[in-house]
Amino acid sequence: MSSTFLLDALIFLAAAVIFVPLAKKMGLGSVLGYLIGGIVIGPFFLGFVGQEGKDIMHFAEFGVVMMLFLIGLELEPKTFWRMRKFVLGTGITQMGITTFLCFVALLLAGFSWQASLACGLALSMSSTAIVMQTLREKGLMKTESGKSSFAVLLFQDISVIPILALIPLLAASGAKAASSGHASFMEGLPGWAQTITLLVAVNSVVVVGHFIFVPFLRFIARIRLRELFTASALLIVIATAYLMMLVGLSPALGTFLAGVVLATSEFRHELESDIEPFKGVLLGLFFLTVGASINFTLIVENPLKVMALVGGVMIIKSFVLFATGKFFRLSFDQNMIFTVGLGQVGEFAFVLFAFINQLKIISTESSDIMMGATAITMTMTPLLLLMNERLILPHLGTKEAVGPKEADEISCESHVIIAGFGYFGSTIGRFLRANGFAATILDNDSDRVDLLRRMGFTVFYGDATRLDILKSAGADSARILIVAIDSPETNLDLVEKTRKAFPNLKIMVRAKNNLDAYNLLHTGIEDVYRESIDTSVRFGVDVLVKLGVRRFTATRAGQLFIKYDEASFRQLAQHRHDQEAYLVHIREQIALQEELLDNDRKACPNLHDFAWDMDVAMKKK
Amino acid sequence: MKKILILFSHPRFEKSRINRVLLEGIDQIEGVRIHDLYEEYPDFIINADREKEFLEGHQIIVWHFPFYTYSAPALLKQWMDIVLEYGWAHGSKGNALKDKIAFVTLTAGGTRESYAANQHNQFTVREFLRPFEQAANLCQMKYLPPFAVHGTHRLTPQQLAAYSDLYRRLLTKLAAGEFDIASICRCEYLNDWLSNKG
Repeated sequence: MSSTFLLDALIFLAAAVIFVPLAKKMGLGSVLGYLIGGIVIGPFFLGFVGQEGKDIMHFAEFGVVMMLFLIGLELEPKTFWRMRKFVLGTGITQMGITTFLCFVALLLAGFSWQASLACGLALSMSSTAIVMQTLREKGLMKTESGKSSFAVLLFQDISVIPILALIPLLAASGAKAASSGHASFMEGLPGWAQTITLLVAVNSVVVVGHFIFVPFLRFIARIRLRELFTASALLIVIATAYLMMLVGLSPALGTFLAGVVLATSEFRHELESDIEPFKGVLLGLFFLTVGASINFTLIVENPLKVMALVGGVMIIKSFVLFATGKFFRLSFDQNMIFTVGLGQVGEFAFVLFAFINQLKIISTESSDIMMGATAITMTMTPLLLLMNERLILPHLGTKEAVGPKEADEISCESHVIIAGFGYFGSTIGRFLRANGFAATILDNDSDRVDLLRRMGFTVFYGDATRLDILKSAGADSARILIVAIDSPETNLDLVEKTRKAFPNLKIMVRAKNNLDAYNLLHTGIEDVYRESIDTSVRFGVDVLVKLGVRRFTATRAGQLFIKYDEASFRQLAQHRHDQEAYLVHIREQIALQEELLDNDRKACPNLHDFAWDMDVAMKKK
Repeated sequence: MKKILILFSHPRFEKSRINRVLLEGIDQIEGVRIHDLYEEYPDFIINADREKEFLEGHQIIVWHFPFYTYSAPALLKQWMDIVLEYGWAHGSKGNALKDKIAFVTLTAGGTRESYAANQHNQFTVREFLRPFEQAANLCQMKYLPPFAVHGTHRLTPQQLAAYSDLYRRLLTKLAAGEFDIASICRCEYLNDWLSNKG
């Protein structure tokens, strides 16, 4: 490990840690924080990073690959298939018209038709990284604008592959790409063979995903080593990306497909929370390098050219996007978010411009200006979105927040999470469902999760004591968390963690025995349910009946006993902390039992039923 | 100043339009306490000691319920059996409720006219309420005529609001002690007493 690596890591991490919270505090969003941080540490301000920033950017682009894997994970094949027409429709409209307009504009600016077409294609790309990150942060992914943005971005990401294949045809004959960085297996194959390779590669991701990844993950999950699972998740992403590079396809597309395939597996949420931190860090790094790569010298030297390019591209893109949104019936607000959000040139343009330059379709200077303009548009997007949100929509847009928000609140109102769906939790879940309340289930038994999914339950697979999984199950907005895991230690751990992390969440918890229940009561939880009490008493009631007691009398005695026992147990719990600690667990249990039995002798749980029994009542008085 | 305890018994409160408006906000009236029996004792295990304490702390007791098959829902009957105990509420030593006031508030689907001899329900509401009247007498309480809402299924929003207002006025007057028992007892319903007084 060289010291420059450590130094670079230090600079980048420090920039992130300083600028992102600042930007967040000011309401600017994390993406802008990273970009500003990048600009500040870049060669034109503090100069902490210079040329090596470019290399780091190539490394950090892997964050985009991971993001597409995560996007795939959230998209089940069924949903994906249902979206296909929408993706094709919006994607072709946006890319086709944008490319054409950029092509015309560049032709008029004096570029050759080949250069105009190649650059037009590159400029029609938007930034998946910036848009998805920003929309997610703003919670807009489920809205119409989020869905449309996603569709367009998906189409663009997929079309990178044919574009990469098309651009060499535009190169002046002789100027063959100097093996373009990724020497791939596809090159040098005839066209039909390339098509077959592509189909084989895509299908093999699907097949491998189903028949190798899932059983492999099941095997790893059974070993119960969390870091091994994380390593396997990373391995899957990296292996898929590598395979795709090897055959000359987009790694982003490959991992996206792998994500879609794994979306139906029980490991979806576990994978999500394992990859998420890596993706977050790499994407942050990517944004930092974009900020650092903005070539201010170039801007200072050619201010008009750069500004004209930035302005021209963003106007063309926005115009086309707005028209596309209109055509696909987005409301004004949603369309504005869609338009402003996708108005920049994306990270794939960096790759494409470098490629175009290598093929000598445009000069290095033009390519530098294009890349500079790309980075500027990327930086401007979060700012423009902010302006749209604060200045434009409040005045011009309709107030849509009222309707959907209310609906949201209702769905949150009855939102219940059940952690642990063994025989105990599942009875609660069935009871709730029978009464019209669907619960979100958290369980870490993959076989059971499989079954429940097939039965149509919403199930999150993973270790419930991990706060990130609880969060993705909606613990932030849920009303009640039901803790029904089989292990008392896990329950206690979970209760203590969630009480800190989600103070507004009502927690109801299962206790195995009295001692457990005491420990839980001591964390301050009110709703503690000892699992055996009702069953044992019901058992006792039936014994009374078999001994000849009338069923109503026995049942009533059972009900009263549970009531009395609950009260006496809570009373004991209050005084428990006065006593010295018991060293031996079992001794403490015996001591508790003794106290309870002693109480029973003094108390008379059936007291008031004497009112029905006039003889006794009259004697008693 | 008198304290009023409303012993509300309704197994399907969430479905009852009239009872929702009758109860809404009345515990804001000074001295009025709503005691929702079906909410407190869903398993019919009534805590008699607690109930006795409540009764001792109030001067006016209201049995408020929907008129199901000519009587109160089961939990209120259970309440009477368990709480109005021999030796406490009645019997030679049972004087705990002496001189308190009791009455029934009921909501019924049938019209007032249908509760009469030779009509659909054959007997008057007051006749049906005899067990409550005599239970009050047994406990040495003063029994007032009932407050009744008839034809509950066909009430318009205006009528609902009017009944809500009437009940509120009744409780306010009773809590303030602005009444003369003899003049009240001349009326068939408490409703009539209020409207006679204008």
